[in-house]
Amino acid sequence: MKGALPVGAVQAHGIRASLGQQEILHGIDLTLQRACWTSIVGPNGAGKSTLLKVLAHLLPYSGVVTLLGQPLATLPARLRAQQLAWLGQSETSAEDLTVWDVAMLGRLPYQPWLGAPSAADATAVEQALRATQAWDWRARTLGQLSGGERQRVLLARALAVQAQVLLMDEPLANLDPPHQADWLGLVRQLVREGKTVVSVLHEISMALHADEMLILHEGQITHQGACADAATHRALEAVFDHRIAIYALGEQWVALPMEDDARVAR
Amino acid sequence: MKECRQPQRMAACLGAGLLLASGLLLLFGTSVGSTGFESVLNAWSDPLAWQIVLDIRLPRSLGAWTAGALLGLAGAVAQGLFRNPLADPYLLGSASGASLGVALALVFFGVSPLATHWLVRLGLTGAAFAGAVVAVLLTLVLAQGVQHTLRLLLAGVIVGVVLGALASLTMLLAPEVLQAMQAFMLGSTGLVGWSACVLMVVVWLLCMGVAWLLSQGLDALSLGEATAASLGLPLTQLRAALVLVLALATGTAVAQTGMIAFVGLAAPHLVRSVAKTTHGRLIWLSSLSGGVLLLGADTLARWLIAPQELPVGVLTAILGGGYLLWLMRRNTRASAGTVL
Repeated sequence: MKGALPVGAVQAHGIRASLGQQEILHGIDLTLQRACWTSIVGPNGAGKSTLLKVLAHLLPYSGVVTLLGQPLATLPARLRAQQLAWLGQSETSAEDLTVWDVAMLGRLPYQPWLGAPSAADATAVEQALRATQAWDWRARTLGQLSGGERQRVLLARALAVQAQVLLMDEPLANLDPPHQADWLGLVRQLVREGKTVVSVLHEISMALHADEMLILHEGQITHQGACADAATHRALEAVFDHRIAIYALGEQWVALPMEDDARVAR
Repeated sequence: MKECRQPQRMAACLGAGLLLASGLLLLFGTSVGSTGFESVLNAWSDPLAWQIVLDIRLPRSLGAWTAGALLGLAGAVAQGLFRNPLADPYLLGSASGASLGVALALVFFGVSPLATHWLVRLGLTGAAFAGAVVAVLLTLVLAQGVQHTLRLLLAGVIVGVVLGALASLTMLLAPEVLQAMQAFMLGSTGLVGWSACVLMVVVWLLCMGVAWLLSQGLDALSLGEATAASLGLPLTQLRAALVLVLALATGTAVAQTGMIAFVGLAAPHLVRSVAKTTHGRLIWLSSLSGGVLLLGADTLARWLIAPQELPVGVLTAILGGGYLLWLMRRNTRASAGTVL
């Protein structure tokens, strides 16, 4: 049998989306590969979070988005929720819910309405809480946790979905450097398991750890390529008006802000 | 799961305590009144005393508890739906709508010779309920549905202010209705009979059932609307059903007892100060604590200066407001880590 073309985990064609009267995304075409971590970067107002919400089917849009080869618009909500997990910028008011309860909400797409959680649900929640090192606080309420601890619980909630595709908007918010490193390890593990991770990150140095980078500027993709590519680094410096510079540090890449004098000298 | 037994235990203890308090207050509520404890002591031997207990005190006490339970339930639903701990059941404009309905009913068939037969049959209770329903419908129209919570909230505030102003204007133009309106605005359980009791119990059971079925949705909503939608929840239908519960519970309570202040706001906070729990348990506990608050206030209102009575709305405002103030100071102290 002739092999069909490999289908990307998420594909988008001709995506336009508006917030209020203003069009934010102007015809986006993209393919995000399976088992790959893609980070979306760009200046403030470039439309990064809007794009991520469109890919999660959380905003109205025109154009076509497919998830694992199926059009997102026609996918039943429950099935979509099982295949695609979302971690948004923190807007939670669940102060009274325990860490366990919050993580268990990630299993809603698998549970019958008001049905008791199954053993598989409990196992998934335990794995997620252990993976984010939130297991020890499982009986505490969200209101008793610090910002970074909460973020780890919310990440556990997204992991508990056990979806093939994870979309995360600023997942490193409030995390201290050791836990940022833990997060990187977690994402690497997910990718090894065949999961697709897409994240919007403000910290360019962290975004450069990804496999692929998608650079957005004024609602359009200006570059998509491997994070290790020099062309990606040049596109990244250009989109930030050369006010950052990418340097190699061992086997990693770091982005440093350039002061005006240094920029002129460079 | 055993991981979450502690919050469950706290919730169960609180629930048992509230049920016990409800029973004791119901007993005490049927024992106090203008004739003191004599009526209940002589109920078996004196037909008049029996009638006072059975036809006046018992339905009044049960009615006070049920109206409070409706408001407590509505408060928990409102705070969950709007994701705001300051939300109260009157947020969709239902209280102002009910006030305007009563004011218009008083003007048209309370004192006016132009009163028509159907208006008389409708009565003040019906007018209050109709006013509350019209206000909520108006809010929904202005908010263009239930898709946007913030728009719903703003529309509710606008409708509340405008209808409240119209009710005030009505009172200004027809000052003869002022006294009757004052009684409604302060809230009273004095005229609650068995029929009103049955109606409120039926509505309470219905609203509790629906709210409990939707409680997982309220938990998911507390993580943010985007997260709730990403979990596959039908948000529009969920919000519509919650608004319906909120409107029905509030409209029914206000129609029977007038505008009781603070119960709907304070009841969920009372629960949260003791037990942190999911909405599935919160709505039950909040409803029970609403019942205890209003029945307690009503009993006090009849007992404090017996044989006279205090307006129950005044007591709920003092007790509920005082309690929230105490809670606020306690939380401030806890977060500051100092003793004021």
